[in-house]
Amino acid sequence: MPKIIFHLSDTSVREVEVSIPTTVMQAAIYGDVRGIEAECGGACACATCHVYVDPAFVTRIPPAQQDELEMLEGVAADRLPNSRLACQIHVTEALDGLTVSIPDRQF
Amino acid sequence: MAPAVLIIGASHAGVQFAAALRELGHTGRITLVDAQSGPPCQRPPLSKAFMRDAVPEDALHLRGPHFFTSAEIDFRSAMPAAALDRQARHVQLGNGERIPYDVLMLATGARPRPWPQGTVPKGVFVLRTLADARLLRNAADHTAGPIVVVGGGYISLELAATWRRYAQRDVTVINSGPRLLFRSASPDLSAFVMARHHEHGVRVLSEQPATGLVANDDGAVQGVALADGRIVPAALVVLGTGAIPEQDLAEAAGLACDDGILVDDQCRTSDPAIFAAGDCTRHMTGFAGHRIRLECVQNAHDQARVAAAVIMGRDARYTQVPWFWSDQFDMKIQTVGIFDPSSTCVVRGNPAAGTCAFYHFGKAEILQCIETVNMPAEHMQARQALTSGILPIRDQVASPSFSLKAFLAEQRAGLMR
Ligand SMILES: Cc1cc2nc3c(=O)[nH]c(=O)nc-3n(C[C@H](O)[C@H](O)[C@H](O)COP(=O)(O)OP(=O)(O)OC[C@H]3O[C@@H](n4cnc5c(N)ncnc54)[C@H](O)[C@@H]3O)c2cc1C
Ligand code: FES
Repeated sequence: MPKIIFHLSDTSVREVEVSIPTTVMQAAIYGDVRGIEAECGGACACATCHVYVDPAFVTRIPPAQQDELEMLEGVAADRLPNSRLACQIHVTEALDGLTVSIPDRQF
Repeated sequence: MAPAVLIIGASHAGVQFAAALRELGHTGRITLVDAQSGPPCQRPPLSKAFMRDAVPEDALHLRGPHFFTSAEIDFRSAMPAAALDRQARHVQLGNGERIPYDVLMLATGARPRPWPQGTVPKGVFVLRTLADARLLRNAADHTAGPIVVVGGGYISLELAATWRRYAQRDVTVINSGPRLLFRSASPDLSAFVMARHHEHGVRVLSEQPATGLVANDDGAVQGVALADGRIVPAALVVLGTGAIPEQDLAEAAGLACDDGILVDDQCRTSDPAIFAAGDCTRHMTGFAGHRIRLECVQNAHDQARVAAAVIMGRDARYTQVPWFWSDQFDMKIQTVGIFDPSSTCVVRGNPAAGTCAFYHFGKAEILQCIETVNMPAEHMQARQALTSGILPIRDQVASPSFSLKAFLAEQRAGLMR
């Protein structure tokens, strides 16, 4: 079971083990990780599941599709090159240890 | 002592409210009851990904398996609330137990509008809950033959699109209104959506009230009767004729209701100890200029958060701009603001290529609502525009070189100067 590591905006760290198929957003819900609001439940329609992907993992995740790229224009915190929507990152065995940071706001 | 909070309804509004109370530091008792059994679930995927079997049930859960225990929320499922006694400040549950409260939250949502002729034949379904969705999906999987969806709202169209696109089913939408999405979308969006449904082979009958459900000798549905006498053959029928607010508890207890529990901008009902949020409420909004009842996740969540903040002693007001999404075929439909039938429209984007934005200017020519199809960035910028009140005028939007993003950036830079 792959493990996802969340760095929260209060500097605490949470590790969540998940069974696949799942997304990073669902992993956060499953593990009660705070700071990922996921208002739309993963429909790529709200941009409140914004995370920054650890640079070591950025190229190991399939790149964002057009609608995710567009929704990222509306994130509340700064949009950085490693910004992604957690609901669009599908967890695979190969992504074990995937580390993401959660911004301090989603609205 | 921190007030004891009781919440009736554990869906988008009720669960968000409980979570927000804890996040804001509420230390008192929180009891959350729902008539449904099982963990609280997302509703939007029920007509979309869940209906085509693309998500497992546990991916629908609104919270993780440990959430209620770790947040010390006493969650009781399969527990309908039967009566509200405002003098004694308690709610009686279906099992007779009485739960006292200092603060009560009614997050009871809405239920499918009942079929006016009462009982329905076998093979006729509604869709509101996970239990409904399981029954409907199973029936659709095991019934060959035509499907008829009665009603032309978002849920009906999502179902039609799901069955056409992923199962190539024969689908007819019977719509009593003059056009699809009559109550919630502009004629412009409605025409665009209608064209896509036609292209994909959904039959749409408009201005055709369904007058009866026709059953065979075994009591199974075989058609839907129309006002003009025709019968549309059906092996399975979904009644998507809208939802009515679940306000029985409130009404019986004498709270002010008018097709929805009336709440103020702090989500308080006519009893100051009782709040309400989500689909069951009707509220006054500046975005429409009159009282409205919204049925969308944004409204449920934002009202819940405002109510929680108010209870925690903050001067919060519900002023968030309404937004909504729907997925049908390859269309990502997103709306922000409230469409007013008297408004006029400027079309942007490239409708022929499947992308478009409808900008609606209401009274006094003010931008009031933006509907987009497959233009998520434009939608997000539109949300920023309506939220900040930095609004372009019609001539600007109508100019071919207009970019909402550039407009917002310029205006903000101007404000900072
Ligand atoms: C199939 C479907 C698709 C949708 N798609 C979208 C979409 O794409 N985008 C969007 O924004 N919105 C969508 N919506 C609307 C959205 O789901 C609702 O706005 C939202 O669920 C409202 O949440 P709520 O908590 O107010 O009410 P509800 O979700 O209706 O929940 C109310 C809860 O209260 C409980 N309850 C009621 N009375 C009692 C009682 N007396 N005792 C105990 N419990 C009680 C009910 O069991 C229920 O669980 C969709 C809805 C459906 C049904
Ligand atoms: S959960 Fe809404 S965009 Fe990811």
